[in-house]
Amino acid sequence: MNEKPEQPKKPKKEKIPRQKMAEQDPRARIQNFDEVPYGFTEDQAKLEASRCLQCKKSKCRDGCPVDIDIPAFLKLIQEGEFIGAARKIKEQNALPAICGRVCPQEEQCEKLCLVGKKDQPVSIGYLERFAADFERNSGKIFLPAKRPPTGKRVAVVGSGPAGLTVAGELIKLGHQVTIFEALHKTGGVLVYGIPEFRLPKAVVQAEVDYLKAQGVEIQTSAVVGQSVTVDELLRDGFDAVFIGTGAGLPMFMNVPGENLNGVYSANEYLTRSNLMKAYLFPQYDTPIIKGKRVAVIGGGNVAMDSARTALRLGADKSMIIYRRSRVEMPARVDEVEHAEEEGVEFHLLTLPLEIKGDERGYVKSMICQKMELGEPDQSGRRRPVPIKGSEYEIAVDTVVVAIGNNPNPLVPKTTPDIQLHKWGGIVADEETGKTSKDAVYAGGDIVTGAATVILAMGAGKKAARAIHKQLTGEDLTPPQPSGGKDNAEE
Amino acid sequence: MGRKVVHKEQLAPNVIRMLVEAPEIAKKHRAGQFIVLRINETGERIPLTVADADVVKGTITLIFQVVGKTTMLLRDVPVGGEILDLVGPLGTPTHVENFGTAACVCGGIGTAPLYPIAKALKQAGNKVISIVGAQKASLLILEEEMQAVSSVLHISTDDGSKGFHGLVTDVLKKILDSGEKVDYIIAIGPLPMMKAVANTTRPYGVRTMVSLNSIMIDGTGMCGGCRVMVDGQRKFTCVDGPEFDGHQVDFDNLGARLKTYREMEERSRKEYEEHLCRLQPAAS
Ligand SMILES: Cc1cc2nc3c(=O)[nH]c(=O)nc-3n(C[C@H](O)[C@H](O)[C@H](O)COP(=O)(O)OP(=O)(O)OC[C@H]3O[C@@H](n4cnc5c(N)ncnc54)[C@H](O)[C@@H]3O)c2cc1C
Ligand SMILES: Cc1cc2nc3c(=O)[nH]c(=O)nc-3n(C[C@H](O)[C@H](O)[C@H](O)COP(=O)(O)OP(=O)(O)OC[C@H]3O[C@@H](n4cnc5c(N)ncnc54)[C@H](O)[C@@H]3O)c2cc1C
Ligand code: SF4
Ligand code: SF4
Ligand code: FES
Repeated sequence: MNEKPEQPKKPKKEKIPRQKMAEQDPRARIQNFDEVPYGFTEDQAKLEASRCLQCKKSKCRDGCPVDIDIPAFLKLIQEGEFIGAARKIKEQNALPAICGRVCPQEEQCEKLCLVGKKDQPVSIGYLERFAADFERNSGKIFLPAKRPPTGKRVAVVGSGPAGLTVAGELIKLGHQVTIFEALHKTGGVLVYGIPEFRLPKAVVQAEVDYLKAQGVEIQTSAVVGQSVTVDELLRDGFDAVFIGTGAGLPMFMNVPGENLNGVYSANEYLTRSNLMKAYLFPQYDTPIIKGKRVAVIGGGNVAMDSARTALRLGADKSMIIYRRSRVEMPARVDEVEHAEEEGVEFHLLTLPLEIKGDERGYVKSMICQKMELGEPDQSGRRRPVPIKGSEYEIAVDTVVVAIGNNPNPLVPKTTPDIQLHKWGGIVADEETGKTSKDAVYAGGDIVTGAATVILAMGAGKKAARAIHKQLTGEDLTPPQPSGGKDNAEE
Repeated sequence: MGRKVVHKEQLAPNVIRMLVEAPEIAKKHRAGQFIVLRINETGERIPLTVADADVVKGTITLIFQVVGKTTMLLRDVPVGGEILDLVGPLGTPTHVENFGTAACVCGGIGTAPLYPIAKALKQAGNKVISIVGAQKASLLILEEEMQAVSSVLHISTDDGSKGFHGLVTDVLKKILDSGEKVDYIIAIGPLPMMKAVANTTRPYGVRTMVSLNSIMIDGTGMCGGCRVMVDGQRKFTCVDGPEFDGHQVDFDNLGARLKTYREMEERSRKEYEEHLCRLQPAAS
């Protein structure tokens, strides 16, 4: 069908504008939790892929932490070989439907895209998402060839992107893999943190099912450090353990009033809404405060997700309170734009000083102070300094603190011989994920502190190779056919 | 999957004892620890103390008071039926050593979590003085069990229908005033009762531990919803606790936080009760 020469008025290569995905109308979408962008149509995907110049020295690949052969998969899309494109991506990235949706592309692959020098870069992320969705919806998911069983057993602690990646790599290599996950659902932040409207849970579930189909065993409701310790896993016959427990310990601001009713950590707010489906209360039993005036403290993806969740729970006013300026906001550009379209208010250069409550102990208002940008600090960012006398009060009934997470100490606490950084993260070799403890590896947010999905996956891949080497002696680095470049930068 | 309910009985009005298959938790659990369960796909996650465990049969004992929708749903899981998810043991176990004389003070449903602790304290060689309180005699639970692990057992009821007529703190104060040297106190029960015990013992300077019942979700330190202030520091009940020094706990803040979802919980409970009524129209 798509071979028909009916191509819509194909202009010259340079002139094709960057394609936009159709999206739910902002006013409609804040009434539901459905995904916001609909994805490319087939024609759009081909058109967008045709914007790629097929560079010999493809810069884009240097920006991708898992070294996807970007020009190759874009060419396949352009040729209408959508399933081929998906498989091409999967040679390097086991979770393309997820990365295509949540990678900070503008900081990675797309940042270095040559087209982006003069025009807007090729939409690598949207196309990755398109190919992955096409394959999933076609039902033609193929199981990769599995090597003969090695008889070796690996325990993976945590089922976030790091753990899922390790499991996916090792099962292909013939090892027996068991994932231990503390919660009742698999996926880590992908299921409890990132909301449905940005990453449908069915997409994550499909990836988990894919691992199960390959033979990965998954034990949910298993808290390593409590139900079983790392040492017990090693004693009980696991030949290696990978720790991918993430950065799940919420930070608070330490301002007065932070324990009032209606003050949430973003983790709690999002977990109630996403994992426990509190937005469907009372069909689902978990309650959540559906605030009318919600203040979210922070400027990252977590803050955007919380502010947009608040709107969908029925807030009249949802505010981002961020102490630096717009350019410093670490959130993905797409998410900031989406939040703005939906009517989230941005209070920049603003610092919360105190939360005030009513006589029943519920949040009533917040005292904030305006900031101005001072001299640059060590990181080169201009440091915000408070403006004296600029304090003011805003009426709010819900406050969500989204200022970051620290590593969860459960595993480190019960594995005393594992070396830690001062801030609580696990010390692990950057190339192998090896920790100070024999046969124990780690990767993802527990090693780097809160970072990104793709970096967690990259760490998972490296650790899987190192574990394989420990178990069999075989060295898989550098990875198979893709040119022998082992993502030198980052 | 799920966890099978193998036994269920009523101990007192609205108090249920349930045995659930969970062999690895039975083996692993220590006094003071709890589990978090989710009964079905639409259910919430709630914490319950492991009141006892049978390593041989591979079961744990839960004793709970029916107070809202989730505990009603749990009450209505039939023997042979399943609980969808159950995770544990969670929390920091009670620090047990031979303190000398230990007083175990409990009220109402608090007897359930206190029992394994009293047992462990006794096994560690302590003289265990237990003070078990309830509103009235019919609400007393685990009397025999407590008797078996206590050197001395005091019963008190608010209405005087059994034992001492009055509050557990009255009994405790009398013991402290009698000159008996008490080295360690642990109190578990409703928040006002734990606060009262802490206030009673403060002038005597006896170390007094309490077990807090904050609202929880994950039980692993991830959500921060269970936070409490102890000695001006933020602590997470699920991982740092549930036991804390009662002289340092901000009971008033915890009390307010426990009421966060009052109206929604009430609505859930009513809807479930109506649902049950529709199922048994003949009952009226
Ligand atoms: C709300 C939110 C939005 C985000 N948005 C983006 C985005 O748009 N793009 C992006 O790239 N990144 C985003 N991130 C960051 C990204 O999700 C993380 O960097 C990534 O998930 C880290 O992966 P991980 O595998 O290291 O850990 P996690 O995803 O945190 O998974 C860890 C898993 O381990 C489990 N676990 C913890 N302790 C134990 C234990 N003791 N025993 C067993 N299991 C345990 C946890 O329950 C969890 O399931 C976001 C994060 C949040 C919170
Ligand atoms: C560590 C710990 C151990 C506990 N052990 C026992 C026990 O052995 N036996 C027992 O009867 N009770 C125990 N509880 C209390 C028990 O968890 C609550 O009674 C139960 O959650 C009520 O749920 P519900 O839906 O039936 O009632 P709801 O109507 O939802 O709530 C009634 C009250 O219970 C509390 N509550 C509600 N939801 C939660 C939640 N998710 N987590 C914690 N508390 C909540 C609130 O104070 C609420 O006002 C324990 C609590 C904690 C924190
Ligand atoms: S995985 Fe992320 S960085 Fe790599 S190509 Fe895809 S969107 Fe770009
Ligand atoms: S840098 Fe841009 S144009 Fe060049 S190959 Fe990569 S995506 Fe295509
Ligand atoms: S229950 Fe979530 S941190 Fe304690």
